[in-house]
Amino acid sequence: MEAVADTMADVRVALRRDARHRTATALILVLPLALFLLLTFLVPIGALLWRAVDNPEIARAVPRTVAALARWDAASPPPDQAYAAFVADLQALREQTDAGMLARRLNTEVGGARSLVMNAWRAQPLPAAVDAAAVRAQLIALDPRWEEPWIWQAIAKNGARLTPDYLLASVDLKRAADGSIVTMEADRSAFRRILARTFGIAAIVTAIALVLAYPLAWWLSTMAPRRANVLLIVVLVPFWTSILVRVAAWIVLLQSGGLVNQALRGIGLIDQPLALLFNRTGVVIAMVHILLPFMVLPLYSVMKSIPRDYVRAAVSLGSHPLAAFLRVYVPQTYAGVAAGSLLVFILAIGYYVTPALLGGPEDQMLSYSVAQYANVHLDWGMACALGSVLLAATLVLYAIYRRLARMEPALA
Amino acid sequence: MKVNAIATSWERIGHIAVRTLCIAVLAFLLLPIIAIVPLSFSSSSFLVYPVPDWSLKWYRELFESAEWMRAARNSFIVAPAATLIATVLGTMAAVGLARVRFPGKDALLSVLIAPMIVPIVVVGVGTYLFFARLGLADSYAGLILVHAALGTPFVLTTVSAALQGFDHNLVRASSSLGAAPLETFRRVTLPLIAPGVISGALFAFATSFDEVVVTLFLAGPAQVTLPRQMFTGIRENITPVIAAVATLLIVFTTALMLALEWLRGRRATVAR
Repeated sequence: MEAVADTMADVRVALRRDARHRTATALILVLPLALFLLLTFLVPIGALLWRAVDNPEIARAVPRTVAALARWDAASPPPDQAYAAFVADLQALREQTDAGMLARRLNTEVGGARSLVMNAWRAQPLPAAVDAAAVRAQLIALDPRWEEPWIWQAIAKNGARLTPDYLLASVDLKRAADGSIVTMEADRSAFRRILARTFGIAAIVTAIALVLAYPLAWWLSTMAPRRANVLLIVVLVPFWTSILVRVAAWIVLLQSGGLVNQALRGIGLIDQPLALLFNRTGVVIAMVHILLPFMVLPLYSVMKSIPRDYVRAAVSLGSHPLAAFLRVYVPQTYAGVAAGSLLVFILAIGYYVTPALLGGPEDQMLSYSVAQYANVHLDWGMACALGSVLLAATLVLYAIYRRLARMEPALA
Repeated sequence: MKVNAIATSWERIGHIAVRTLCIAVLAFLLLPIIAIVPLSFSSSSFLVYPVPDWSLKWYRELFESAEWMRAARNSFIVAPAATLIATVLGTMAAVGLARVRFPGKDALLSVLIAPMIVPIVVVGVGTYLFFARLGLADSYAGLILVHAALGTPFVLTTVSAALQGFDHNLVRASSSLGAAPLETFRRVTLPLIAPGVISGALFAFATSFDEVVVTLFLAGPAQVTLPRQMFTGIRENITPVIAAVATLLIVFTTALMLALEWLRGRRATVAR
């Protein structure tokens, strides 16, 4: 009896050792991928998030001025020490590019700052002054605008190494001179509108894709597997075809002399060609085309696992077939509907290429603004803040999607 | 009885309506892709029907264009290299994760799958910021590494799926007969999960082969790939040369897809 117990204990120890060993092996095998993604994916995303709050230019270029302004109330005239510190900072900027960077950064805060700062830098060194008040007089003699508070407010506001300004601006908010958070002026605010447009286009595309995919997935799920597989290839061909090929195809089809307009004119529906390209219509049509397979496949996979018996039972108990379908079958597909819709919506809000090539200026989505700020305005802070907003929206939806996929094994 | 007959006829009308709608949706999916093909064989420089006469001149122009040939060469450098990295790393991780449970496994999986879901423009800006600092912007290496990262979730998921039908007793049998773990993997596990590995590799290849946004940020003029070149072409002036490229790409990716479907069929047979 005791020998048996000993053996059992040995087996248990051996099993536990085996489990530990397996976990160790697993981690060793996963480690290369984890490290690889850390360096090629996670750290770059971290760099983007950091750049969205990073604000090095002013703190680095004029540290003495920032220190001198630390206790300034941003309303009264700036202290004389700030003028002296600023001139000392300017003299410490040896290279024109350093001064240019400061000037450019301040100019994104307040218009006119660039020339003001560059002129002051070129005037250095100013003749030696007896005290800070004299330095102040020298600067104001150079340009009377130095007496006004706005440039000093811009320096004081951005003296910290980190700034919430880009993130605030990406939802059309800003810090007022006194530090309170207020809504951006109407002529400078655009991002809430673009954000709303991004979600709006994604919602329309998701809704249309659902309406088109639901019957198709249902029809495929009622077929013999062999036939369904053949028709699934029709769904998969566009899935595999390059997005740029599909965009080119839609340009050819939707242009004013394209097949769609020819066909509509041929059957006498229209006299003049419809404008289908470089507007919302073209963007939505092409996005539905590109994203439809992502809706069909999860719906099909859920519908295939639903037994037919329930609907049959409902009908045999006297239900109208349509009522049975709506009240017995459709509720069983909700998981697939939710998963497919979330997936399509998540993918849609990140779209860049399709609106960029098929849309007009009023059809561009958030990704376009990110690219525009990065490549055209070279304003990486703004680009990264907008990218962070897009990332946050995506991750929230993705977390919901993961939870759903765990509940519904057919989707995993 | 009469009620039932009405229900049946209504049902029939419903079925016909649904089937018509489905066929229309399938046509919507397929026809646009087919419609561009004949235009690449047109003698006209306008991309409109009817085609006046047939000609291969756009293909000649394509194959004589240094720009397009360079783009094709770049795509066939970057995509296979990215596929190789993604396949090796993704397969290793899938094998490692197949039979263990540990706290945080779900969170780890979410991170490993994330490259599939994070908006591509975020990846583009982020990798540009980071890789520029490492001197990897405007380089093949940078582009290959990011494309590989984007491909790994596909390999991970397809290989994990293949491993679900894998009988682990075979590994036990092999090691009890004296095979080292690596030999067991090479001669027992790998041949059985090969269809999953190859489909993952095909997905990874297609991901890199069709990627344009990261390339816009990360590639210099020397690394322009086919989709990048198409992006410029479509934006500036869409010509029948684009239709010719599109046609070749459609043939190529359809072949890839059919290979994948064939593999999937074979895997089902193996599992049986």
